[in-house]
Order: sequence, then structure tokens, then C-alpha cells
Amino acid sequence: MKNFTGAILATLLTTTFAVAEPVDDNLVLNEETEMVTRTAAPAHVSDALDEVMSGWLFRGTETRAMQADDFDNPGMIFVEQAQDTWVTADGSEGKSCSSCHDDMDSMAGVKATYPKWNEEAGEVRTLQMQVNACRTERMGAEAWKYDKGDAINMEAALSSVSRGLPVNVAIDGPAQSMWEKGKELYYTRTGQLELSCANCHEDNYGNMIRADHLSQGQINGFPVYRLKNTKLNGAHSRFKGCIRDTRAETYKPGSEEFIALELYVASRGNGLSVEGPSIRN
Amino acid sequence: MKISLIGAVAVSLIASGAFAEEVLPTAVAYTDGSVEQSLSGTSGDAANGRQIVGDKKQGNCVACHEVADLADVPFQGEIGPALDGAADRWSEAELRGIVANAKMMFEDSMMPSFYKTEGFIRPGNAYTGEAADDTFGPLLSAQQIEDVVAYLSTLKE
Ligand code: HEC
Ligand code: HEC
Repeated sequence: MKNFTGAILATLLTTTFAVAEPVDDNLVLNEETEMVTRTAAPAHVSDALDEVMSGWLFRGTETRAMQADDFDNPGMIFVEQAQDTWVTADGSEGKSCSSCHDDMDSMAGVKATYPKWNEEAGEVRTLQMQVNACRTERMGAEAWKYDKGDAINMEAALSSVSRGLPVNVAIDGPAQSMWEKGKELYYTRTGQLELSCANCHEDNYGNMIRADHLSQGQINGFPVYRLKNTKLNGAHSRFKGCIRDTRAETYKPGSEEFIALELYVASRGNGLSVEGPSIRN
Repeated sequence: MKISLIGAVAVSLIASGAFAEEVLPTAVAYTDGSVEQSLSGTSGDAANGRQIVGDKKQGNCVACHEVADLADVPFQGEIGPALDGAADRWSEAELRGIVANAKMMFEDSMMPSFYKTEGFIRPGNAYTGEAADDTFGPLLSAQQIEDVVAYLSTLKE
């Protein structure tokens, strides 16, 4: 009971005295890897923002601490599951991921560049799409469901080996039209509440919207482990939730719209460290 | 004779409500962002309006605004200005216009339009994420708008 009251009081206090600022704190992973959680905005968003900031800076002290140490990060349990999947054969070809690639560490740097244009397929691929292409085309295995179990765990594992490296998504060349499409979605005011991503995450980051402290809505920390549903959550699922909250008809995870939006939102975080799996409430 | 006739009309008005002309969301007349005429044809109930402003399932105005008078409602937002003293800054007609469709008063406002049914992009069925169906209506009813306006009119400093 005492604890309960304390928790409520603490939240009330943060609410009442919340300042329009993220915390002044540094994220050092496992006491060794310095993470860039705020940096100058990349050129293509500098008309809207001076600085880009990780969602980590907008979370409470305890949530931030959980993410700083892999032993405290519940998301790492799912990363371990995916490490096992990495070496487990599946599908008609009798292959595992490690049949074609080395160990998971050889994937360092990959997550930082996704979504990215795939020349052979002639499409922009998210990391989950690329994993599914390996599964269906090389392993003769079934595609995993978007943002679900195995797919999101594997994305988290691939992200974990890129932590600390800067997000560096290409927005020009053949990816440009998807990037433009994503940008348009970002600024479109959807639903009965007529709110765009920018209304909340560009114009009002740092402000409270009811009980929520608005961040810049960056995805450098995705997938995120949420204390609320105790599993990993993908960026597309987060987009879906935010659009639903504008009282709109949403798009589906894995849809063309969300691939475009992921590319665009990821590019707004170019220069921030890859952080996934991170922790959110 | 005259007096009793008026009396009879008044009684039937109250009894049937049929003469209380409700203005449809598509027929609201805005003048420089304000709306003179009551949307429900009757006056608002400030106590109920107070309820609507603080209730997550109704106006949920506190998602974006702080209201000192609603100190009992936790988690008030800071997106828009605090509503304390709103009645000193705005007339009743202006407040009605702001609540019904704030974008008429404040260009490109982030504030949702509470009495509007057209012109949305991908309108949904409340918070389900599904497309809107034929139950789609304005965020607040004409009478709820009047109640909120009546409550805002009490916010003087
Ligand atoms: C009505 C306000 C609102 C709108 C509109 C909105 N969001 Fe959000 N969003 C939130 C809130 C509240 C949170 C949780 C707090 C936070 O991290 O900002 C959130 C969180 C997020 C996060 C997680 C950030 C993190 O670090 O965990 C992402 C990513 C995101 N939003 C992207 C988007 C995108 C893209 C759009 C448009 C398609 C959008 N949001 C529209 C309110 C909104
Ligand atoms: C999503 C955010 C949001 C919600 C929800 C919202 N408002 Fe607002 N409101 C604003 C913003 C932002 C402004 C400032 C005007 C502007 O520049 O757009 C504003 C302005 C106002 C003003 C004028 C403020 C002043 O004193 O100058 C009033 C009155 C008002 N709102 C009442 C309400 C009421 C009543 C509700 C609910 C029925 C409500 N608002 C819901 C965002 C919101």
C-alpha cells in the first residue's frame, strides 16, 4: 500500500513539475559503450529540428537504468532466443541463418542501415523483410509474421550487435520515392482528431499529453521491450498504435505505408546510436 | 391572454424539445471563428460540462490543457494553454466556436474539432483502428458542446 501510494505520488510529481525538456543524462551500455542519445539533426530534418534525441532521454530514471545493463534488460531474453534460432536449421533446404552467415556478431552494422533499397528485388526492405527473404528464398522456410514472435526477436538480436553504431539510413537514389512517401505520411493529419506524427513528436516533444511525456518518436531504440505488455514491440506496431490514437483507420504492420514511414522515421534519427532492444513503460 | 399563450409555448418547448432547434455539425455558422447561436437550442449545464472536460471518455480536454479548477483530475497535459481564466479572454460565442472547431479561430490548430463530421483523412471507428462506420458522429454532441461552453464561461480569474 505504501509503495503503491509512493508510485502514484512519484508519477504525480513528475507530471506536475515536468519541464519541456528531456533529462540531462548519458547512456553508457554495460559500463563500456558510450551511446549517442542526442546529436545535431541530419541535414534533411534541420528545417524542423536542431537536435535529434533518443526516446531514452524521455523515460524515467528506473527505465533508463534497466536499459543500461544487459543483465537488467528483459529484452535480452528474447535476443538469446533469437541467438538459438540463428543456428537452428529450418525449412526444406535444411539450413539455418548461420549456414550462410557467420555468427550473429558478423551482422554488426547491418541494422543501422535499414530500411534499405534492395537492387535485385527492386524494393525498399525493412530488416524483417530481408530476414523473411532469406527464409523463403534460401532456406525454403515460411515467412515469419510481421512484428510477431520470431520476427521481432530476430530483429532485436540483429539490433543488439549494432548497438552504439550510428543509425545511417540512405534516403537518396532509388530509396528516395519511398522516403518522400514516408515523409508525407509523417505530416498528414489523420483520423477524427486530425493529428500528424509531427503534431506530437516534432511540435510537442518534451510536453505532457495526459500521462505521457512526448518524445521525438525516434526508432533508434527499436524493437522496444515494454513493461506494459512484457514483450518486444516493433516500430510498425508502435506506428499503428499512434495512428489508432488519432481515431483513424490504421495501416497494417508490414504494409507499404509503414515500410515508407519506417524509412523516413529512421532517417530522422541518423546519427543517433542504435539502441535496440530498449526499454519503455 | 398574451401571457398565457407564451406560457403554453414555453411548456410545450420544454416538454417535447421539438422546438429546440439543433444545429447540425455541417450547418454551424462561424463568424471570425465564433458561433453566436446555441448548437442545441438550449443553454448548457456547467456542472456536466466540468465532467466532460475532465473525462477521458468524453472531452478529454485535460489531455492537452491544465485546469486548476479540476485539481482532482490527475495527469493534465501541457499542449495547449491552461484554461484558467478562459472566460476573461473569450466571449461565450468565441468559446463555442473554439470548442466546436478550433481551426476556425486558430489556423492549423492542433486542437481537435469537437463538432465536425466531414473532411477527415482515414476517419476511424473511435479508438479501434478500424474504418469509421455509419455510427460515426461528432466527438461531442450539440448539448455536450453547450455544457462545456457553460463550464468554460465560469472560468474567471
Ligand atoms: C496524439 C499524439 C501522438 C501522435 C499523433 C503520434 N504519436 Fe507517437 N507517441 C505518442 C505517445 C504519447 C508516445 C509515448 C511517449 C513517447 O515515447 O513519445 C508515442 C511514442 C512513439 C514512438 C516510440 C518512441 C520511443 O522512443 O519509444 C514512436 C516511434 C512514435 N511514437 C512514432 C509516431 C509516428 C511515426 C506517428 C505518426 C504516424 C506518431 N507517433 C503519432 C503520441 C503520438
Ligand atoms: C490535442 C490537443 C488539444 C485538445 C484535446 C484540446 N485542446 Fe484546446 N487548445 C489546444 C491548443 C494547442 C490551443 C491553442 C490554440 C492554438 O494556437 O492552436 C487550444 C486552445 C483552446 C482554448 C483557448 C485558450 C485560451 O485561453 O486562450 C480553449 C478555450 C480551449 N482550447 C478549450 C478546449 C476544450 C474545452 C477542449 C475539450 C473539449 C479542448 N480545448 C481540447 C489543444 C487542444
